[in-house]
Amino acid sequence: MPSVVLKYVMAASGAAMLLYLVLHMLGNLKIFFGAGALDAYSAWLRTLLEPAVPYSGVLWVIRVVLTVALVAHVWSAIVLARRARAARPVRYTHRPPVQGSYAARTMRWGGVIIALFVVYHLLDLTTGTLNPIGVHGEVYDNVAADFAPSHWYATIFYVLAVVTVGIHVRHGLWSGLQTFGRSNARTQRALKTFALVFAALLVAGFLAVPFAVTFGLV
Amino acid sequence: MRLHLKVWRQHDADDRGAMRSYDVDDASPDMSFLELLDVLNEKLTTEGEEPVAFDHDCREGICGACSMVIDGQPHGPEKATTTCQLHLRHFRDGDTITVEPFRAGSFPVVKDLVVDRSAFDRIIAAGGYVSAPTGSAPDAHAVPVPKDQADRAFTAAACIGCGACVAACPNGSASLFLGAKITHLGELPQGQPERDSRVLAMVAEHDAAGFGGCTNTGECADACPKEIPLDVISQLNRDYLAARRSRRRSA
Repeated sequence: MPSVVLKYVMAASGAAMLLYLVLHMLGNLKIFFGAGALDAYSAWLRTLLEPAVPYSGVLWVIRVVLTVALVAHVWSAIVLARRARAARPVRYTHRPPVQGSYAARTMRWGGVIIALFVVYHLLDLTTGTLNPIGVHGEVYDNVAADFAPSHWYATIFYVLAVVTVGIHVRHGLWSGLQTFGRSNARTQRALKTFALVFAALLVAGFLAVPFAVTFGLV
Repeated sequence: MRLHLKVWRQHDADDRGAMRSYDVDDASPDMSFLELLDVLNEKLTTEGEEPVAFDHDCREGICGACSMVIDGQPHGPEKATTTCQLHLRHFRDGDTITVEPFRAGSFPVVKDLVVDRSAFDRIIAAGGYVSAPTGSAPDAHAVPVPKDQADRAFTAAACIGCGACVAACPNGSASLFLGAKITHLGELPQGQPERDSRVLAMVAEHDAAGFGGCTNTGECADACPKEIPLDVISQLNRDYLAARRSRRRSA
């Protein structure tokens, strides 16, 4: 498959996951309206579009779409990374990076770190296996236990993972727009700024929850 | 000025190759980098050693023949400068300078700093042309070109096909070269008849030659001695998508 097509697969699957991240982040902010609001939101996600779709139906559709997007994203990344490796069999003895941002250089390993975090995150707050409380449906209590000051190591891991996501999104969003041909000499700087602001807002939205819990604001 | 050089020496394509150190004691700040290599080669020849092989032709920055990575950067540390136009006044007395060939699987080393860039010729042959009646050339003003498009076509046409973009790319991709050719011909009315088939064929040849995919890091545009902008890759992507769509319509 041509590399350009793989880039479209990468960009489209990334866009699907990014849209989910935005909705996820906005949903998380329900915690600032109280424990009841967060738990009710979680329950609503399961009764959404009932009775047209069965209980949790929408949630399962989202999960399937995300899984397909994730597989497509990782698959295209692996194929492209292998081609990149094959394209330079002999390395330079001396070549410092000059232009590529930190975000651009860490896309591959950053992606692996994010994938590992997602596994932990699902075991923590979806299945409850690794959560100190882990009671299904008691979303506020689970989150509060997770980010309690005594459970600080989970908070630190969460913060680092979210920042990694932000760095990944900063390059990924701009790169995706470039891949879909939305970039030209006039818009390039604006698109890069947009991606940076977008990533910063996403990170801020996700970090608001653990910080609010740790410092007792909610 | 005195300069210490670490130069890649490789006898032929099958040789493993290694970095070798040389000292040049009588370099002048007014010399170009290629003249520095000329001075080194004179010294090596008188000492009975094999001179360093390197590609060069016009020595005025427009042919794209000189190809080497100097201190880790294709064509050296100066912006918008080919190796032949890089002067030693940009270095300091006593500096150690590393010199390597362009590194890419699709640019195999022929000898020392000379690489085989015929993969670029194959990409051009695949679609980097326009169909034109020869023998009865039309009047130059017969086809009007809007100023904006003429300017953008000219910016892209400045590409000299040197391969610095490939050498700089962390993925060994030739996307900037491809994008420059697609934009150069695609912006002009003369380039329209083959616009779709061109991008499909050139991308296919690019991949077949073993070049990697683009990750939009921008290393290529930074290394480009002709300052081809990164957005030509976005143009390439857009044209490719449009060509795939129109091919589906007609089939």
